Amino acid sequence: MNAIFDDEPVPGYPLPILPGHSSPGRLERMLRSGQFVVTTELAPPDSADPALVYERAAYFDGYVDAINATDGSGAHCHMGSLAVCALLTRLGYSLIQQISCRDKNRIAIQGDILGGAAMGVCSMLCLSGDGVQTGDHPEAKPVFDLDCMSLLDIARTMRDKSTFQSGRPLTDPPRVFLGAAANPFVEPFDWRPLRLAKKVAAGAQFVQTQYCYDVPRLREYMKQVIDLGLSEKVFIIIGVGPIASARTGDWIRKNVPGVHIPDSVIERLQGADDQKAEGQALCVELMQEISEIDGVDGLHVMAYRQEKSVPDLVKRSGVLNGRTPWHPRLYEGDMTVQQHMENIQ
Amino acid sequence: MYSLRKWSVRHARLLERTYALVENGLLFAAPLINKIGHSKLEKPVASVERVIKGALFDCQMCGQCALSETGMSCPMNCPKEIRNGPCGGVRPGGYCEVKPEMRCVWVEGWQGAQQMKNGGDITNMQFAVDYRLQGKSSWLKVVREKTTPPEEGPTV
Repeated sequence: MNAIFDDEPVPGYPLPILPGHSSPGRLERMLRSGQFVVTTELAPPDSADPALVYERAAYFDGYVDAINATDGSGAHCHMGSLAVCALLTRLGYSLIQQISCRDKNRIAIQGDILGGAAMGVCSMLCLSGDGVQTGDHPEAKPVFDLDCMSLLDIARTMRDKSTFQSGRPLTDPPRVFLGAAANPFVEPFDWRPLRLAKKVAAGAQFVQTQYCYDVPRLREYMKQVIDLGLSEKVFIIIGVGPIASARTGDWIRKNVPGVHIPDSVIERLQGADDQKAEGQALCVELMQEISEIDGVDGLHVMAYRQEKSVPDLVKRSGVLNGRTPWHPRLYEGDMTVQQHMENIQ
Repeated sequence: MYSLRKWSVRHARLLERTYALVENGLLFAAPLINKIGHSKLEKPVASVERVIKGALFDCQMCGQCALSETGMSCPMNCPKEIRNGPCGGVRPGGYCEVKPEMRCVWVEGWQGAQQMKNGGDITNMQFAVDYRLQGKSSWLKVVREKTTPPEEGPTV
């Protein structure tokens, strides 16, 4: 399959919205055409220099279908999600704007949804958000005016009914593909598939999960998800990522809420001569194994502090089946487009 | 109080029955309540509600009680005020991400819901809190929603 669609406009311009689609974005196009997708997340810089954003996005060129712009993940301050989206959508990148309920109320969030869509964001991920206690400003006021479910409902209302939550009409609705997070790996296990059903009912069209290191647990979850008929209604993208060392893995599972790493994983890393290489090998194996599970539509590679390894992980796993996702450098040699890109940067 | 709150979840079925009685009583008294006027009754009823529900559920008086649909575990005690089930940060053993010493409000609620007759309602969507109702009586709100009180001045 070509990286460029037949109806592809100039980079930075939205694709035509096909019948039955919600957004002019590539991620929705790819998923609805039955492709196995790969997404990743960009570590937003602690800097006001846009060059770092361009540089970090370019690591993934040709290996991912969309890039998540995180919104103060782990309750740490970084460049904001909306700004990262604004910089990268101009180059034609497919962004997933993460929206967390932790820092903004419903007035600010609805403004961000319109703003993101106006700047070419086609996919949004609705999150409740991490608690402030995990971050670098534990003294901050947690907002949580909405939760992820109400946020999904509001975003869908804006898109489908073309109104704010208040009922006040929008001149133009945001054409967005709506996503949510899921964590099949923490208690209460029997509720997790039902909670996914609730998110789907509230408007989720795709979900990205927490890191998966426990494939049997995922299989169990996916079986329940399929039995509930959810795999027909929502695209499921499973989170994966390399662990740098046994010590890091142990630290993560003790300190990062929601990440479940079985003992067997830690032991395997402990036994390796080169723990980092072993962590990456394990990640590749997980990617291959997970991609074979029924109902799984893609992988979300979160390579915290190892972002540069994403292309290698994707390549080794073979999950893209030789497909090269769109990226701005595809246009190398096309002088008009290149000029356009240089003007933007 | 935390221990009483945990007791309430363990006895969710009993409290579900008790609340049905309270609601029937309120609806029976609705003509009288409507006659006296909701604005006059707001303060005294809210105070009673605050004491009873405060003791049993650590009620935060959001004014739009959802206990019947949350397994008798008050979602306002969730540090993220999530009204639709457990977040992805639940710790091993069912403990809260933000307050590791506290059991997750929703893990508790899920257990409470298993005992309740209408426990399945825990999967209902609860929209975000209307902050204008904070501190006001949920019971009077139920009376207003289930009967049509005569027009009064604004109570907000």
